[in-house]
Amino acid sequence: MKRMNFGEAIAEGLTLEMERDPTIYIAGEDVGIFGGSFGVTGHGVFQKFGPSRVRDTPISETAIIGHAVGAAAAGLRPVVELMFMDFVGIAGDELWNQAAKMHYMFGGQLKVPMVVRTVSGAGIGAAAHHSQSLEAMIAHVPGLKLVAPATHADAKGLIIAAIRDDNPVVFVEHKMLYGLQGDVPEGDHVVRIGVADLKKLGADVTIVAWSAMVHTALAAAELLAAEGIDAEVLDLRSLVPLDKDAILESVAKTNKLVIAHEAVRTCGFGAEIAALVADEGFDLLDAPIKRVTAPDTPVPFSPALEAAYVPTAEKIRAAVVSLG
Amino acid sequence: MSQDREHLLDLYRCMVKIRAFEDAAHAQFLSGAMPGFLHLYSGEEAVAVGVMAVLRDDDFVTSTHRGHGHLIARGGDVNLMMAEIFGRATGYCKGKGGSMHVADVKLGMLGANGVVGASIPIGTGAALACQFKGEGAVSVTFFGDGATNRGTFHESLNLASVWQLPAVYICENNLYGVANCQREHMNICDIADRAKSYGMPGVIVDGNDVLAVREATAEAVARAREGGGPTLVECKTWRHHGHFVGDAATYRDPAEHQEWMEKDPIPRFGADLVSGGHVTPDDLAFIQAEIASELEAAVAFAVGSPWPTEADLLTDVYTD
Repeated sequence: MKRMNFGEAIAEGLTLEMERDPTIYIAGEDVGIFGGSFGVTGHGVFQKFGPSRVRDTPISETAIIGHAVGAAAAGLRPVVELMFMDFVGIAGDELWNQAAKMHYMFGGQLKVPMVVRTVSGAGIGAAAHHSQSLEAMIAHVPGLKLVAPATHADAKGLIIAAIRDDNPVVFVEHKMLYGLQGDVPEGDHVVRIGVADLKKLGADVTIVAWSAMVHTALAAAELLAAEGIDAEVLDLRSLVPLDKDAILESVAKTNKLVIAHEAVRTCGFGAEIAALVADEGFDLLDAPIKRVTAPDTPVPFSPALEAAYVPTAEKIRAAVVSLG
Repeated sequence: MSQDREHLLDLYRCMVKIRAFEDAAHAQFLSGAMPGFLHLYSGEEAVAVGVMAVLRDDDFVTSTHRGHGHLIARGGDVNLMMAEIFGRATGYCKGKGGSMHVADVKLGMLGANGVVGASIPIGTGAALACQFKGEGAVSVTFFGDGATNRGTFHESLNLASVWQLPAVYICENNLYGVANCQREHMNICDIADRAKSYGMPGVIVDGNDVLAVREATAEAVARAREGGGPTLVECKTWRHHGHFVGDAATYRDPAEHQEWMEKDPIPRFGADLVSGGHVTPDDLAFIQAEIASELEAAVAFAVGSPWPTEADLLTDVYTD
C-alpha cells in the first residue's frame, strides 16, 4: 500500500497501462505541458511518456472525443479527456451516437476501446457550467460503460479496468476528491467493472451512493450510529453495468433503501435504482425508497447557495430517520 | 499513372457496379420490398472509384449516409450489402445497421454514417492510428458540401493539420445539402478554399472524371504517406436522384440537372476508353451484362435470406 492523492492514484494506473501497451495514448486540453487541469497527468505521466503519447489538443471537444472513436476503431486505445462533464453536450453525437453505437450498428465488426476521463461535481464555486454530475446522461445510452470511483484504490483499479475494457468507458472523477489522501495497492491492481463494494456493513438501512457522495454517506452513517441506527453503505463504483444483485442483497438484509447522489433529482440515476428495487425487491421493503439529491436547479455560484445544493450528511441522516 | 488496360477496365467495371447496385436497390425500394431509407450514390461514381484506385489494403475509409458507392469501390461484397439494406441476418451488419450504417471493417471501411459530418472526426482518428503505426497507411474521409458547415469539419481539419496526420479529406460537392443549394448554405463557391484556414492544401477536381479524381487523390495520398500532412480535395459532382428515394428534388433547376446528366461519369469514361482505343463498345457491354447478373444474384440472395431474430436484438451492444 502507498499513500497518495486521488489524482496520483489515477496517474499510477495510467502509467502502468501505458508502460504495458504502446497503443494507449492520452489526449485532451492541457493534459500535456500543463499536466492536466487537475494535475493528473502532471503526476509523472506527461514527464514519462512525452508529447506524442500525452497529446495536448486544441479546444475542440467534438474532435477530441470524435477522433478517439476513429483511433479506437483503427487499433489504438485512446484515453481522452473531457475536461468537465458539463461539456458532454459538445461531444454529444460523438459519444452517444458514434462511440456507443458503432459496435452494434456494424453487427460486431469492430470495437471502440476508448476511455473518456471527465471531471464532475460541485463544491469549489465553479458554478453552473463546471460543476454538474451528468452520469444519467451517459447511463441512458446503451453501448457506453460508466464508472465513478469514490476511493483512491478504486480509482486506480477502475482506470486500469476501463483501459483494458474493449468498450467505450466513461470514467468520472469528482473534483472534490483530488486533494484527498488515500491508500493505494501497488502494482497491477484491477477493480472489475460492474462490481459494487460495501464500504460499510450494516443492518438497519442501505445507503446506495457513488463517487464523492460515498464519503458523505459514510459521514451520515457515523451520525446515524450515534442515534443507534446501523447503516450499510454500498458504493456502486460502476453505474453501467450496474451490480443489481449487490443492491438487492443489501436491501434483503436491511429492508430500507436510501439513495444519495449529487446529480439533480429528476431523472437522476437514483430514479433508475429506485424503480429497479421497487420492481424486483418490493417484498423486501419495509418503507418507501428515498432519494437524497441536489434540487432541480443549475449549480449556483454563491457559496451559500452551493452549500444548500450539494446533499449533506445531515440530509442523508434525516432521510434515513424519516423512514421510521 | 497507370494507363494499363486492365486497370482502366477495372475502374469502369467498378463504376458500373455501383450504378447497377443503386439501380437495383432503387427498384426494390420502389416496389415496396425494401425497408428503411435509401440515399443513392448514382452520378458520383467517379469520386469513389477514383479515390479507392490509389489506396492500399491497410488504408482506412470512412463514409457518409450516401455510402454504398464507397463500400463497393473499396471492394465490398454486393450480396452482403444487399442483404444488409434488406435488413437480413446475412447482411454485413446482421441487419442491425441498414443502408446508412453499412460497413466492412476487414476492408478498412469504418462505416457509413447516419449523422452528417460525423465521419470526419472518426476518419481523423483513424489517421492518427496510421501515424502511430508508422507504416505509411492513410485515412480517407468522405463527406458532402453540407457537412463542411458542421463543427466536426472545422475541428477535425484543424486537429489533423496541427498533428500533421496522414489524412485525405474528400468533399463530394454535389451542390446541394438536401434541398438547399450550396450558395444558400455558404457564402463561398469553392469549399477547397476552406483548406487555407487549416494550413493544408485545398484542391478542386472534376468529380465526374474518374482519372482526374484518381490523379488528385494520388497526390494527396502520397503527401500523407510521406508525412506531409492532410489535404482537402473537393470533387465537384452531382447526384442523379433526390436526397433520398422519395425526394422528387423539385428544388433543383431542370436545366442544370440536364447539363450534369450529360456529364454522367460512366458513359463519359466509356466513350474515352473506346476513343482511346483501349476497348470496344462490345467489351463495355459485356461488363454491363456481367454486372447485371451479379446484381440479380445479390437481390435474390438478400430476398432469400432469413430475418434476424428477437434474440439478435439484444446482442452486440457491448463486446466482451
